[in-house]
Amino acid sequence: MKAVEFQGLEVQYGDMPALRDASGSFETAAMTAIVGPNGAGKSTLLKAALGLIPSTGRVAFFGKPLAEMRARVAYVPQRASVDWDFPVRVIDVVVQGLYRELGLLGRLRLSHRRRALDCLERVGMADYASRQIGALSGGQQQRVFLARALAQNADLYLLDEPFAGVDAATESAIIAVLKSLRDQGRSVVAVHHDLATVPAYFDRVLLLNRHVQAEGPVAETFTPEALARLYGGLLPQLS
Amino acid sequence: MNSLWPEIWAALTLRAGPNAALVCLGAAALGLVAGVVGSFLTLRKRALMSDALAHATLPGVGLAFLASLALGLPRSLPVLMLGAALSALAGLWAVQRLARTRIGQDAAIGAVLSTFYGAGVVILTLIQGLRTGQQAGLEGFLLGATAGMLRADVGVIVIGGALVLLAIWALHRPLALIAFDEGAAHVMGLNVPRFDAALMALVLGVVLLGLQVVGLILIVALLITPAATARLWTHRLGTMALLAGAIGAVAGWVGASLSAALPDLPTGPVIVLLTFAALLISIPLTKGRRA
Repeated sequence: MKAVEFQGLEVQYGDMPALRDASGSFETAAMTAIVGPNGAGKSTLLKAALGLIPSTGRVAFFGKPLAEMRARVAYVPQRASVDWDFPVRVIDVVVQGLYRELGLLGRLRLSHRRRALDCLERVGMADYASRQIGALSGGQQQRVFLARALAQNADLYLLDEPFAGVDAATESAIIAVLKSLRDQGRSVVAVHHDLATVPAYFDRVLLLNRHVQAEGPVAETFTPEALARLYGGLLPQLS
Repeated sequence: MNSLWPEIWAALTLRAGPNAALVCLGAAALGLVAGVVGSFLTLRKRALMSDALAHATLPGVGLAFLASLALGLPRSLPVLMLGAALSALAGLWAVQRLARTRIGQDAAIGAVLSTFYGAGVVILTLIQGLRTGQQAGLEGFLLGATAGMLRADVGVIVIGGALVLLAIWALHRPLALIAFDEGAAHVMGLNVPRFDAALMALVLGVVLLGLQVVGLILIVALLITPAATARLWTHRLGTMALLAGAIGAVAGWVGASLSAALPDLPTGPVIVLLTFAALLISIPLTKGRRA
């Protein structure tokens, strides 16, 4: 079974098609990078699959519609998509990840708080639990977002540009957490910009330019020829 | 000027007559509820929606008055409030419908707000020309008219306000999550449009409760200014909501007292000015705090 399978996804932004007949899948127990030029629809693919923007086509999570699988799916939006001036502390953001367990009125118990702190510990942010989120650096904010996703204890983690504007320490902390998730048999999908790090970070890659050009193991799919085709000959530097 | 202090003090301590005491109580309760609801409203960045909602109540007030007149019923506050609520919902619907076109939400809010308000003024003007004694004071819903407030009116504010606070308490978790990160909330399975609708319903509740005290034009100030002031002082949502409620309540209490002691001062506008004074004082005092 695939973690995500999508067929004929179409998204339109005004007159511009953002995704055209995009079909493909993401493997379970693997780390997959979504790669493609600017405007290829990488973030759009995640958002459309999650029902965050209007789209047509079919999407299945672990073989079922998202509505039945919400407890198994965690989403880490682009850091820039939220207001970091919001009056909450780091621990409050991580506790948001427990919403499905707590519901409207469920009491926040000590055990919940401990779990949230554990998640912060895993991303190296336990010392910041009581900080206001606006006082964090970009990399720290990204790690808090990841900690919230960890609190959801999902089987599939979808991350939108997790390394955008973060420091090197954060990047390696995040990648270590994602690899440990993969090693536990969970699935990780990330929109990724830095082609140079794809082979070191990811097992699989999905090449996207409005539609899916290829998906497979990095060694087979992430070839100079495929990238030349993906970027229309204007291949960014591969160090 | 000095001779006024005893009167102001008497009003503040509820000893300036039963009506003044009632108004104090009602205004404080309204300020409390508006501050708390306003905190969630402003964090969701829907402040101007509340303005449109409030202005859109006016045609409903007039139409409800005409309807009860036609049916031979006496004028009653609950009926007028029902009319106000229905017409506010129509305004909300109009904003959402217009916002889906190319004009965008802020233009949609502006267009609906002014159009509904204009329609309300037309209806009220027509009513003024009718030969019935009952229309006196309808225009009090514009800026509030506390002089004629009854014990029952204050009871409605207190009980209605308590229900609104109860609802906010029950919904604070999803409302906060949606205001902070709508996308993640959606993926977690929260029905974002439904919670947004619930928030607007609570805002509408505050608008209706405030019709007599500050009126439909000024209620937006009680929703926004105490919340904005509280935001300057704290980085925690719970503290912000409570502080905004406290600021609103004190402004309501003091404003009502001032206008009881100084008969020429209108209650609603004085309350609004007091909330703004709190904001002005807070800006230098909170300067240098990390945002």
